[in-house]
Order: sequence, then C-alpha cells, then structure tokens
Amino acid sequence: MDGVCNPKALPLAALHEALGAKFVPFAGWSMPVQYSLGVMGEHKWTRENAGLFDVSHMGQVMLPADTAAALEALVPVDVIGLAEGRQRYGFFTTDTGGVLDDLMIARVPDGLFLVVNAACRDADIAHLRAHIDGVEEITGRALLALQGPKAESALSSLVPAVSDMRFMDSQRHIWNGAELWISRSGYTGEDGFEVSVPEDVAEDFARALLADDHVEPIGLGARDSLRLEAGLPLYGQEMSEDISPIEAGQAWAITKVRRAGGDRAGSFPGADTILGQIAHGPARRRAGLLPEGRAPMRTGVEIFDSTDATTPIGIVTSGGFGPTLGAPMALALIDANTAPDAPLWGEVRGKRLPVSQTTLPFTPNGYKRSPK
Amino acid sequence: MKFTEDHEWLLTDGDTITVGITPHAAEQLGDVVFVELPELETQVAKGDEIVVIESVKAASDITAPLDGEIVEVNDTLVDNPALVNEDPTGEAWFFKIKVEDPSALDDFMTEDEYKDHISD
Repeated sequence: MDGVCNPKALPLAALHEALGAKFVPFAGWSMPVQYSLGVMGEHKWTRENAGLFDVSHMGQVMLPADTAAALEALVPVDVIGLAEGRQRYGFFTTDTGGVLDDLMIARVPDGLFLVVNAACRDADIAHLRAHIDGVEEITGRALLALQGPKAESALSSLVPAVSDMRFMDSQRHIWNGAELWISRSGYTGEDGFEVSVPEDVAEDFARALLADDHVEPIGLGARDSLRLEAGLPLYGQEMSEDISPIEAGQAWAITKVRRAGGDRAGSFPGADTILGQIAHGPARRRAGLLPEGRAPMRTGVEIFDSTDATTPIGIVTSGGFGPTLGAPMALALIDANTAPDAPLWGEVRGKRLPVSQTTLPFTPNGYKRSPK
Repeated sequence: MKFTEDHEWLLTDGDTITVGITPHAAEQLGDVVFVELPELETQVAKGDEIVVIESVKAASDITAPLDGEIVEVNDTLVDNPALVNEDPTGEAWFFKIKVEDPSALDDFMTEDEYKDHISD
C-alpha cells in the first residue's frame, strides 16, 4: 500500500523545508501550509507586497491545437474563439448540470494548455482522454504563483516582458535558458502571475524571486483566506457535482456564444439544466455573508432566515476570518428566493448569530486589465 | 505551574486556579481571531468544553481541568484575541476556577514532564 497513504513530495520540498514550512497532506500531496510569518502575516504580506506559492500539485495538461471543438463539448465556454496568448476560466460540467472540476484554458502556440485541480487531476485526465485524442499530462514542470501588488516588479526583474502582459494573458518567455509558461492570473484577487517552470531550474527560479525583499513564501493557509476574501470558488466547496456553476455565482464565465441564442449554444454536458438556470434562475444561489460578531462561521454552518425557523435556508460552503477584511466572512449556498438584503442567522454551537449579506468580493481585487 | 495533556497551564492560588494555554498550543493554533469565555459563577465539571478559541485555521476549545466554579474571566481576550499569541502565559489567561479539591492538581504534569510530553 506504499504510495497510497504517503503524500507525494513537491519538487521544491527541500526549499520549503529550508524556508521553515509546516506541511499538511492535501489532495495526495505534502503541501506547505504556512511559513514563519504565519497565515495572518502571509495573507497581509501578499496583499501589500508579493507572495510566492508552490502550486505544483495542480495538474498541467496539453491538448493538440486542433482539439478546441472537442474541448468545447466538455465545457460551456468559448474555446474555439480563444485567441493565442489568452487564457480563460472554465469548468467541466456533468450531464445533470453539476461540475466535475474547474480549470484554466490557455491557447498557446502548439495547443491548448490546461491547469486543473490536484484532487481532480486523474479524473480530469481520464475524462479528457475519453473524449479527446492526444491528451498529454505534463510532467517535469513545477507550477509557481507570484501574487500581489509587487509581483510585477519582482518577476519583471527576471523576465522584463511580463510588464506588458495584462490579466489572463498567457505567454512563453526564456529565463536562464529555460522556457517559462507564464499567465497573468492567480487565485488571490491580486495582480500576479502563474508560472510553469521546468523542474530542473524551478528551485533557482524560486530563489531568484525570493531574493527580492518584497517576496515571501506563502502557504496553503493564506491561499485559502486570500481566495475567500476575493470571493473565488474552491472546487468541492462552492461548486461540485451537486452545485451548478450558476448556483455558485459563476454564470459570468459562460461565454455568450455558448448561451441560448449564441452561434454554438449548448452542446456541453448538462446544457439544458445550466442554460435553463440562466434563463429562469437557479433554486439556490451563492451569498457573501458578514457575521456581525467576531465568531467565524465555517463550512457546514446552517443559515436561517429567522431566530426561530426550524428549517435552514442554506449552508456555509467556506468561511473563516478575513485578515485584510479584519472580520469573519463566509460564502454560503442559500435559497434563491431569499431577498438580497434579508437579515440572516448562522447557527454556531447551538446559537443563532446574526449575519448580513454583502456583495463580492469581500475585499477589492487588483487585477491588471490593461497595460500601463 | 502545572500542565495538562491538552496544553493548558494551571497556576494555583489557594483553591483558585488560573487557566491559560501554553506557548506551544498558541503556536499550533496560529493567529487567534475569536475567544468565547464561560459565564461567571457557572459550575463546571472536569472535561467540560468551556472556552471556544478560533484561529485563522480552525476552531478549538479549552476544557475545565477540574470540577469547580468559574469565579473570574479575562474579558480582554474577547476584544483582543491576538493577545493569546502575544502573551499566552501572562496577560492571556482565560479564566479562574475555584476548585473543590486543590490537591487534585498534583496529578497534572510539572513543567519538565510537559516539555517531555510535547517533544514526543
């Protein structure tokens, strides 16, 4: 049974250890959860400076250039119209309108480059291979994310061309003889980059970034609080086989051309359900919640529309304390009939505590949408 | 000072014991963001979960080390939970409990025994 119980080590495990990381098992990998700054310090550092995240546990997949139409049959987004050098967010849908995983899709010179979640990696690749020929799982490349307002200055000192990239650009650049696959995107709500780098130069590259006084290593703990403040969904919590992308507040990602009336409307798994929810509204909807007191409301907390109602109207899908917000925050899935300004209550340790609904994100994002 | 297996420290003054958590526990918890204290004058039994501590990572609790009555709580922690990380063995005490049998304290660990306990 070796290998089943033992989480796999990241290619940069020795570096993380040298940097003082604490590790936790996550999706089959031993992942750094925090370094010396701690979750709160790392979170704030990323919002003010730049944080370096090792996300090599995520799956990297390459599809042949002529498979855009085949991929479109699995995702409700425009892949055929995706320009070279651009990246788009999407999700694999199920026949019943749920989600198998969310992913990034980039059009690169020799094909389509996908990044998928670690926990879904094997299932996603099997799903792709069942429908598309020539699916290649990329091995031998680490994946690093550099996030925060100082990310551009730190990365451009190594790769000057990144200064001309805008949000969701995907480009290849050479650093020290190695080809970096760089996108201007991330999972923190900040400006920043995700960089696929050959494993044999990954540590040198990470150390070169960390040599910048504004760059600190950041663990999974802060990654979660950063994405939650940014209102970004985590697959398995906000979205799942049982929670549709419309219910999860991700309708924005479904491109017009794939919607009713579009040139390539439908023709993805669960299209009837998903397009029906866009047209008529889903039964449940995502809500951003601000608990009034200091007590965090975590995943699984039941939400009620009065202090004495016996049936919950929803449930917290992710919740915690927002270090930049300075207060607890939660994402919930609630009855879609709930008025957006209705006062609600979360039940924590047997007590109904008041919460208000708010718009998302909880903290403003810093994406760089146009070049300077 | 005595120590429990749940990483609490106990400081005795006659039949009243002040209870806090050890620096080791505070570090394991991470940044504390919420503390809920027991009501004054509550009778509690050994093992009752009487304090809630939430950090950025997770929720945890402190149990009553012995049977007794809560005679004082440290309200400062409610407004300033970060004190638990800053001064766990000083200003960040949680509550004082008046116990029926102070001699029961002898069963808890000494500082050296606790150090062995956390190095395991």
